[in-house]
Amino acid sequence: MAMPVIVADSVEHALSALADHPDATVLAGGTDLMVEVNDGRRTPTQVIAVGRVAELTGIRVDGHAEGATIVIGAATTFARLERGPITELAPALAYAARTVGSPQIRNAATIGGNLATASPAGDSLPVLVALGATIEVAGANDRRQIPIVEFFTGPKRSALAPGELVVAVHVPVRRGPQDYLKVGVRNAMVIAVASLAIAVDLDARTVGVGLGSVGPTPLGAPDACARIAEQARWDTDHLTVDPAAAADFADQVAAAARPIDDHRGTAEYRRNAVRVMAARALRRCGR
Amino acid sequence: MTVDVRAGTSVAGGIGQRAIRPDGIAKVRGEYAFSGDLWAEDMLWGQALRSPHPSARIRAIDISPALAINGVHAVLTGADIPVNRYGLEHRDQPVLADDIVRYTGEPVAVVAADHPETARRACAAIVVDYEILVPLVDPEHAIDAPPMHPDGNVFRDLIIRRGDDDARGPIAVEGTYEIGMQDQAFMGPEAGLATPTSGGGVDLVVSTQWLHNDRDQIAECLGLAPALVQLSLGGVGGAFGAREDVSLHVHACLLATRTGRPVKIVYSRAESFLGHVHRHPARIWMRHTARPDGEIVSFESRILLDGGAYRSSSYHVTANAACFAAGPYRVPNARVHAIAVRTNNPPCGAMRGFGVVQSCFAHEAQMDLLAAACEIDPVELRLRNALAPGDELLTGQRIEGTLPVAEVIRACAALPLPDPAVDDVLARPGGAGRTADAVDVRRGVGFALGFKNLMYAEGYMDGSVARCRIDAGVVTITCAAAEVGQGFVTLVQQIARTVLEVDDVIVAPADTAIGSAGSTSASRQTMMSGGAVEQACRAARAELETRATSDPDAGGTNPGLIDIVALTTDRPIDVTEEFNHRLTHPLDADGQGDAHVSFACAAHRAVVDVDPELGLVRVVHLATAQDVGRVLNPLQVTGQIEGGIAQGVGLAVMEELIVQDGHVRNASFTDYLIPTALDAPTVEATLIEEPEPGAPFGAKGVGEPPTISSTPAIVAAIRAATGAPCTRVPVRPRDLM
Ligand SMILES: Cc1cc2nc3c(=O)[nH]c(=O)nc-3n(C[C@H](O)[C@H](O)[C@H](O)COP(=O)(O)OP(=O)(O)OC[C@H]3O[C@@H](n4cnc5c(N)ncnc54)[C@H](O)[C@@H]3O)c2cc1C
Repeated sequence: MAMPVIVADSVEHALSALADHPDATVLAGGTDLMVEVNDGRRTPTQVIAVGRVAELTGIRVDGHAEGATIVIGAATTFARLERGPITELAPALAYAARTVGSPQIRNAATIGGNLATASPAGDSLPVLVALGATIEVAGANDRRQIPIVEFFTGPKRSALAPGELVVAVHVPVRRGPQDYLKVGVRNAMVIAVASLAIAVDLDARTVGVGLGSVGPTPLGAPDACARIAEQARWDTDHLTVDPAAAADFADQVAAAARPIDDHRGTAEYRRNAVRVMAARALRRCGR
Repeated sequence: MTVDVRAGTSVAGGIGQRAIRPDGIAKVRGEYAFSGDLWAEDMLWGQALRSPHPSARIRAIDISPALAINGVHAVLTGADIPVNRYGLEHRDQPVLADDIVRYTGEPVAVVAADHPETARRACAAIVVDYEILVPLVDPEHAIDAPPMHPDGNVFRDLIIRRGDDDARGPIAVEGTYEIGMQDQAFMGPEAGLATPTSGGGVDLVVSTQWLHNDRDQIAECLGLAPALVQLSLGGVGGAFGAREDVSLHVHACLLATRTGRPVKIVYSRAESFLGHVHRHPARIWMRHTARPDGEIVSFESRILLDGGAYRSSSYHVTANAACFAAGPYRVPNARVHAIAVRTNNPPCGAMRGFGVVQSCFAHEAQMDLLAAACEIDPVELRLRNALAPGDELLTGQRIEGTLPVAEVIRACAALPLPDPAVDDVLARPGGAGRTADAVDVRRGVGFALGFKNLMYAEGYMDGSVARCRIDAGVVTITCAAAEVGQGFVTLVQQIARTVLEVDDVIVAPADTAIGSAGSTSASRQTMMSGGAVEQACRAARAELETRATSDPDAGGTNPGLIDIVALTTDRPIDVTEEFNHRLTHPLDADGQGDAHVSFACAAHRAVVDVDPELGLVRVVHLATAQDVGRVLNPLQVTGQIEGGIAQGVGLAVMEELIVQDGHVRNASFTDYLIPTALDAPTVEATLIEEPEPGAPFGAKGVGEPPTISSTPAIVAAIRAATGAPCTRVPVRPRDLM
């Protein structure tokens, strides 16, 4: 019923409010939270709104050339990630942002909310896995950086401790082709039945892959990636993959999936969809 | 979408014009009050507790923990309902379960409290002791299973026999088809506000399709004289059949009379999915035989419809599925067996297309099989067998009105095909998901034809009442026809403007103070209530002309000069008229009889792009030609065609309520997917105008045909693109791999 709200104006303010109200619920865009409240699945007694904290919104680039990192504030909306600098710096993230919900949802939904919800279907998550992002979180006493693959501990569970906030996402700038592919039964505004992100780093000569909706958490495919990096022919501005290696890559990525049957699709369909998406993603990235 | 029509009349905003809705601007601006927005000082909030089990015996209900909650004003169970039975056509459904629950979501108790959250907590506090029973969920088993209701498990078992039982042609095609459970998925959830009135009565403002039928059921359940129950129409956010049955009506009225306070109930989305009837899932077997030239010799079909726990309109849905099972084709010899059964699945009832959608999916798949077997072009095969006026239906009824079947086939087939695929990943199957490149996509084209009856059938005495009042020149039309978004209110104004030659027409609110207008369903309001409005306006016009002749200053014999203000100042004209259609008759033991009033047909041609490796579909283009009688408002016909096609797209490729062991798995818009703007095809329509005798201005209802044959056309296109058999809708990605 009554839901008192503290509108935080800084990270410190939000953290001290969290310390004062250990049961409080953090609110960013509300596109996950309010659905749960309306369904009666969550009844927050105290809300701390973080959407207006300047440090949490916006995109900046630290460093330059090879070692550059994009720092995305946790309360940055998908509407801001879908266009603007991200389309150049991390195009797969922009593509993933475009697939989230509808324009109205993207105007509210944030990347920090996507992380904290930790749904295996969260669309930004496979991209962050493929790019090897790091999550910056802050607690009452310290800040820490969590590698993306350690951030997710189970379906809708993360390494975020009580009283901690997601502050930012650190995404390495990688020179090379990227993509995000998402299978859903509708052409827009749909929860992923299976999704795949790919990011090629022409400087480091690596390939990164992230998978969504095919396991309890977003998954990587490290073996497949290591192998294709070996088998591909690397040039300064592209990579070349022969058909046998590409097929092998698709099979190996599919093998990394751990899908289940549910009302959105069968495990068999999902694994096959991952294979098809892996083959197509590599086809788009290579020659 | 483009529409080409003949010019209408010359009256501004009259018949044939693109008149705009009187409520259109308010709706677009978000200022229109839907029934969910109803509000009264001092009102309480009602909430139902629903069964979590598809089949269980209630051993005991303890409401005391709910009553103990602060702010709770009433908690009612089945024992509190004076007459605990309701139902659209047959009273077989308890208002609140008495001893047995028969579907997941069946209301068991209702609460009134001072806040919706209190009402929800109170429902959660009610303790129901259930003895869980094994649910009966297989409709095939239901036929012979022990009855799960005193009225038995078979809602209707209908046989149609025509011609020679043994006649067969040399070419035979046979198939079994399945149709999943579609939901009407209207945007505005069920909502109403009941207010007790002095004298023990109650007023209910509610979203519905048929005020008077609701009123009668509520009065019966409450044990009140009908006159003590007054209904008015709240703002309706879509209906498509799902508001024909009573939902929260009795709950709200009973809580209001018990507490002496206004009570509002509004469903959540999940509750809405559980709280209204759906389209009947069906399993349909068909066999056609034909001569080598494609002429149909015989048709056999068995249709099994899952009606769910209560009858609703299953009886008449069965008749429609059976009567139109062969489609708009000449069939000399036929045997159709249609059965609708009771199960512990969600109750099913009316939805746009009413039984014909299911049959059409099957008969159109069969026509394509037949075309292939006879090596004839599918469009040509349909033309060779097309019904025409003077022909007989499966039921022996001769078609007496217009039915331009061959014309819609030709006109649809003649529409230009869309351009080849554009080079834009968003336009390919998978859309925003960027899954397909051009090389991954195959295009297919499919054609389908359908027809359906208009109006109620089988001897139902149908009518609609309208009133025309002219006071000091101000024209007010009153009619209880429910405006559910279809645009009847626009039509009322157009008809009155045309008949009375006036500019401004007030449409009074719809309520039960006037006689019944019947249901907004069966594509019937344009004819029935449109007819009543026309008749009332013509009577008023006659009176105006009589007055004018006796008052030379106010007009004389030239109607253009009638001074309507002078003639009705201090002596208003007030006429009420009833419109009836011609009589129909019940079907006999062989399913023969003149059971239907009139018919409308449409053809659809779909173009789809399919990504076979992922099983994803993009419906690119829908061409259609529709038999409309006469276009009363091109804008509104367009709206019905585009909207109906969107619903057909939904059934073809995504819309299904998934029910497992009697439980709905996707009672939300997260997982019950309906087409978005990116899923809606470009629509190109041609309207065939052959005025229907006996209908106002010759117009036919146009709401249902767009949903009937669009689905089979899309599935035919998917088959053409992939070669997959696609005998089930919705077509799922895994069905194509
Ligand atoms: C109609 C609709 C469509 C959707 N479609 C998609 C889709 O296609 N793809 C997709 O991935 N998601 C989708 N979602 C889900 C949702 O929009 C996303 O998960 C979104 O990223 C959530 O962000 P938010 O800012 O709205 O989070 P909120 O709802 O504000 O919060 C979500 C959770 O995260 C916590 N939280 C938020 N910010 C922080 C923070 N900085 N630190 C710690 N905890 C925090 C909150 O306490 C809460 O538990 C959809 C939702 C809706 C309603």
